[in-house]
Amino acid sequence: MTGSLGRRVAVVWLTFGALLLLIGAAAPLIGSTAIDLRRVFVATVPFDENVDAQIFFVARLPRVVAAAIVGGALAAAGVVFQALLRNPLATPFTLGVSAGASLGAMLALTFGTPVVVPGLSDSAVASFVGALGAVAIVYGLATARQRGFSTTVLLLAGVTLNSFFSALILFVQYLADFSQTFRTVRWLMGDLDVGGYRPILSALPFTLGAFAIFAWLPRPLNLLALGPDSAATRGVDVLRTQRLAFFSASLATGAAVSLGGPIGFVGIIIPHLVRLIVGADHRLVLPAATLFGAAFLIACDVVARTLLAPLELPVGVVTAVLGGPFFLWLLIRQR
Amino acid sequence: MLRAASVSFAYGSHRVLDEVDVAIAPGALVGILGPNGSGKTTLITVLGGIARPARGEVTLDGTTLSRLSRVEIARRMAIVPQDTHLTFDYSVLEVALMGRYPHLSSFELEGPRDIEIARHALAATGTSDLEQRSFLSLSGGERQRVVIASALAQLADAEVLTPPPDGRGPSRVLLLDEPTASLDPAYQLEVADILRELSTRGHLTIAVCTHDLNFAAGLCRELVMLRDGRVIAAGPTDEVLTPETIRRLYGIDADVQRLAATGRLSVVPLRRVSAGPGA
Repeated sequence: MTGSLGRRVAVVWLTFGALLLLIGAAAPLIGSTAIDLRRVFVATVPFDENVDAQIFFVARLPRVVAAAIVGGALAAAGVVFQALLRNPLATPFTLGVSAGASLGAMLALTFGTPVVVPGLSDSAVASFVGALGAVAIVYGLATARQRGFSTTVLLLAGVTLNSFFSALILFVQYLADFSQTFRTVRWLMGDLDVGGYRPILSALPFTLGAFAIFAWLPRPLNLLALGPDSAATRGVDVLRTQRLAFFSASLATGAAVSLGGPIGFVGIIIPHLVRLIVGADHRLVLPAATLFGAAFLIACDVVARTLLAPLELPVGVVTAVLGGPFFLWLLIRQR
Repeated sequence: MLRAASVSFAYGSHRVLDEVDVAIAPGALVGILGPNGSGKTTLITVLGGIARPARGEVTLDGTTLSRLSRVEIARRMAIVPQDTHLTFDYSVLEVALMGRYPHLSSFELEGPRDIEIARHALAATGTSDLEQRSFLSLSGGERQRVVIASALAQLADAEVLTPPPDGRGPSRVLLLDEPTASLDPAYQLEVADILRELSTRGHLTIAVCTHDLNFAAGLCRELVMLRDGRVIAAGPTDEVLTPETIRRLYGIDADVQRLAATGRLSVVPLRRVSAGPGA
């Protein structure tokens, strides 16, 4: 890409924004039952009798909105974790942060929470706490090794945290009753069947909070790519940047997981593809990954809804089928 | 003037710098010598203001570093590390532009002026041709020069591309950690030429840590010798670089001769006289 940076930022917002709008507008129209856009917005038919409008607004639009939020949040969190740990294979999923968030949400769903934060959903708070716990462990490992995270340490830490949290999740499941287990198993596969707008609204404050911090991060994250000392000598407050980045990425992951479960690989596929298109500058990568991640997960969810229609696959199955081989390919290619 | 006064530094209980006094005059080109683990790199990070001394203080033109903000320090001092491992695929120009960080506010994008300064810095290190290349695709010597360019862009004032001809005004300091450690002899000479040029024509104050005695002898007008976190000798290169100081520094016998070709001292290590430094 050429041209001044300001222009490139504008181009990124416009093209990836247009892509998201296009896919976001098309997605609610696609599904096992065909609907007609004109009939959805017919004013003369009351909503209760307008089947097209009900399918559009009640069955499909919430999923699309949820997919956009979860996809955008996971892709952006992936970008932030990668910059922070200085390793392109770091993602909420591979680091075990999604698993930590899942455990938090599972505990809240199964046992309820001792403290209720007014206005915020229990499971969103609990999954943020779970994500933060996992991140604290990762942060401890990262600061203990000042030279950044080698791929070996990163993958081992991820494997360890993932199996540790999975074991705890199984334990919680064992204690839960049968109907709860069915719900949580499906949720653990990564499922966007949120069933209305309420879960979206309760995850929204977390997501907005995370993105408010993300907006501040791209420039210091660029400098961190040189290494912590090189960033510091250029005037970056490295410790503050690391803390803000870990905190905001945990918020985003917690919100995404509370909404859609631990949907894997969005945080690695999207940042990688985006870097191939826009280059390495985080002022371009972060907005592009957010918008592209949102569009990508909407598209994946359409596939999940229609591939075996009328059966609906959890969207996590679709992203894992795409993401697993992609991750292995990156691992082979990495120098 | 960059000055460290009775500076001590420790990692946990391990003391790395012990009451170190160093004075680097404006426009000086100083070599910091010492065996592995003598505290050279730590001294660079403390002088450059990215690590805070446990005791003592570092002052730049009379102001204690702890009273300057990170950004104020960054506009006047830059550290070039031994190796730079870049995580993502930035272009050479982007790496040079990273030097403009302390000159821009949080959401400000680099403007034409910053790009001009970055290009000027690339030209000063002979890397203009590489501008659009990926940093990751460069050789070690090219990378080192691009990182030096990034540091120069950092030290360049937005108002003046080149410093005042008399070299007055606030000190601007370039601190380099083993800049030639992984370079072949041709690149070593090239880096030495660039640093000499920056010192004489660019009026930068430069301090270089190195293991390479002949690199230091050929380039630096003054030397600081560091062993076990203490300064054992400091002064003009011709006075300080002697078989006696080398023996105290590294525990080796060495032959020090003046080369007819360059007029500079040259060191040939002969044999170890003890089990190593500290013995």
